[in-house]
Amino acid sequence: MTETTDLDVREGVDRETVETVQSMGSYKHGWNTEIEMDYAPKGVNEDIVRLISNKNGEPAWMTEWRLEAFRRWATMSEPRWAMLNYPEIDYQDQYYYARPKSMEVKPQSLDDVDPKLLATYEKLGIPLKEQMILAGVEGADAAPAEGRKVAVDAVFDSVSLGTTFKDELAKAGVIFCSISEAIREHPELVKKYLGSVVPQSDNFFATLNSAVFSDGSFVYVPPGVRCPMELSTYFRINAENTGQFERTLIIADKGSYVSYLEGCTAPQRDTTQLHAAVVEIVVLEDAEVKYSTVQNWYPGDENGKGGIYNFVTKRADCREARAKVMWTQVETGSAITWKYPSCILRGDESQGEFYSIAIANNWQQADTGTKMIHLGKNTRSRIVSKGISAGQAQNTYRGLVSMHPRATNSRNYTQCDSLLIGDRCGAHTVPYIEVKNTSSRVEHEATTSKVDDDQLFYCRSRGMDEEEAVALVVNGFCRDVLQALPMEFAMEAQALVAISLEGSVG
Amino acid sequence: MLKIDNLHVKLEEEDKQILKGLSLEVPAGQVHAVMGPNGSGKSTLSYVLAGRDGYAVTEGSATMDGESLLDMEPEQRAAAGLFLAFQYPVEIPGVGNMTFLRTAVNAQRKARGEEEMSSGEFLKAVREKAKDLQIDAEMLKRPVNVGFSGGEKKRNEILQMAMLAPRMCIMDETDSGLDVDAMRLVSDGVNALRGPDRSFLVITHYQRLLNHIQPDVVHIMSDGRIVKSGGPELALQVEEEGYGDLLAEAG
Ligand SMILES: Nc1ncnc2c1ncn2[C@@H]1O[C@H](COP(=O)(O)OP(=O)(O)OP(=O)(O)O)[C@@H](O)[C@H]1O
Ligand SMILES: [Mg+2]
Repeated sequence: MTETTDLDVREGVDRETVETVQSMGSYKHGWNTEIEMDYAPKGVNEDIVRLISNKNGEPAWMTEWRLEAFRRWATMSEPRWAMLNYPEIDYQDQYYYARPKSMEVKPQSLDDVDPKLLATYEKLGIPLKEQMILAGVEGADAAPAEGRKVAVDAVFDSVSLGTTFKDELAKAGVIFCSISEAIREHPELVKKYLGSVVPQSDNFFATLNSAVFSDGSFVYVPPGVRCPMELSTYFRINAENTGQFERTLIIADKGSYVSYLEGCTAPQRDTTQLHAAVVEIVVLEDAEVKYSTVQNWYPGDENGKGGIYNFVTKRADCREARAKVMWTQVETGSAITWKYPSCILRGDESQGEFYSIAIANNWQQADTGTKMIHLGKNTRSRIVSKGISAGQAQNTYRGLVSMHPRATNSRNYTQCDSLLIGDRCGAHTVPYIEVKNTSSRVEHEATTSKVDDDQLFYCRSRGMDEEEAVALVVNGFCRDVLQALPMEFAMEAQALVAISLEGSVG
Repeated sequence: MLKIDNLHVKLEEEDKQILKGLSLEVPAGQVHAVMGPNGSGKSTLSYVLAGRDGYAVTEGSATMDGESLLDMEPEQRAAAGLFLAFQYPVEIPGVGNMTFLRTAVNAQRKARGEEEMSSGEFLKAVREKAKDLQIDAEMLKRPVNVGFSGGEKKRNEILQMAMLAPRMCIMDETDSGLDVDAMRLVSDGVNALRGPDRSFLVITHYQRLLNHIQPDVVHIMSDGRIVKSGGPELALQVEEEGYGDLLAEAG
């Protein structure tokens, strides 16, 4: 009987894929909500940094922290080592702060909420009660919840609009709120951990983020607590010409567990848009964090016009013994992706895993991978990367596995597979391996293949059209990674795989 | 049901003619067998009918119920009721057998403007048919044909055929590689599908299969043409004498 359910669910997943593929045009999230916005003037300077800090009601120490980062950033230059080709970015020709006007006064009921904002939530698939909470309706928390339990924090143009299930989480001692709220309400935690994984001066984009981040999510799970539900953040870019800089900080205290999901969408725009987020995860003794991302920022059109430039720094620090972290990412969007979610395996016997699907179609360029830094003894890491290139896209896996002298008896296994659709795209694998002790072992396997015509014909001879056939074969290719995702995300991811490959054949 | 007239086919990439004026007609409800030496073009015929890339039709026609097959995409032919059980079934890593079947069934239904099969209905049907072919639940979950034995792959083709319920079934050497018991299972499966509205074109090298699946007509193919057609006794003759005399006699 269990077997039936299992099969049933799996079937459901794939059915969803097929339905979505058939019912969709091209870019699914390509709508744009016309909401009145408050903007800070264009460009970045110390005044803008102060203004952002001030708008968020931050204490002086935080303002100083930002300014320090800004001064540092002003002396840095953009890294150019990635296999990415894009025109120079004018950092003074962007807005660094935008906020929906309707958020200024708290609404009393859903009727008072800007209907366009609600429509936005609806399109994101957020249930009604959560919509109320996110829209800041007073007393919404008391309304009956619907079946599914995922706490949601919605970040709309870098402003956190609200978080659901706060009370229930609070009962378990879990803090889940926007980072600006955490700075005000939990300064001791923020002071202790912010910048402790990704230092202010880490890299050009992270430093810019440290200066101008407008919002993002904060999670603290106390010792021994298994977070009672999945936590999720929806990031959505809506405003035009606005740089987006979210900052996420997750702390899993000793012996705790949390699974965190992140979804990203943006409307279709002719102009490119900058996105530079930072995610820091601190994992203490015996704690475990799963961080899953489905990134579907607007990739630009089939001629390479528009799209998000995505420069993201994500890092987890397994600071103490037996800490565990697992990154899973499905990267289908963005015109440019520069992203290397990494694990610092500092604690003895700590473990890091990285599962990745990166799809680049049309003119998209992705340079993505991971860093596994083994510092502690008996540490383990595992990397499974599936890169798919179609159209004229370039897809690079860039990974570092480093075994330090003290990291004796450590292991890494890397599997890196590339799939090519058509013959105008490219796949590149750039693995860096450093082993500085004699008892550790690193294994690396890599394959590159083309979508097989016989497989496509076999599928089509059974009645599937060409796009369905490609989606099915590619989903099969990605299976190992899709299985690492939480079920709800797995469905969305499968559908996305299919959608992002549309027009890649024939 | 299926009518092939003076079909000439060459490879798209090279100047090699494989089918050289092949004609054949399978009326509704009948089972026709095709036998012929290795390399005579039997698989090529089945691929051309199913719509595989790489072949160019230079002359002649192939129709199903009066509609030209050759202008249709492979998936349109499938939706119209044509099915090919492959001589070498293809492996698709990472795609569960069940997922594959279900996607195929619903794709065809959708193309015909029918309701999709509900998940309960689908599971029930698969289980029943898998049981008849002695395909266990574990094999249904495994990726399509990956690591399947030769005989398992062939049984899996027949499971697909049973689920898709096509009207025109082409089977390319489904009996090759089957043990005696599997041969009976597969034949029973095929016989169960026989009916007034369904036709079969069975490509085989062995008369033995035709003991289980009684053909209405046996065709002998050589060098891209049907050189002789007759009753089941023709298969017996091939079995006993080989192709030598038959082909010589046909000129
Ligand atoms: N893609 C191809 N490239 C080159 N030659 C080909 C190709 N496809 C078919 N042929 C040739 O065409 C001829 C017919 O092949 P086909 O596979 O149709 O034979 P068959 O009758 O099915 O043989 P068997 O009984 O061995 O299965 C053979 O000589 C084969 O080598
Ligand atoms: Mg053959």
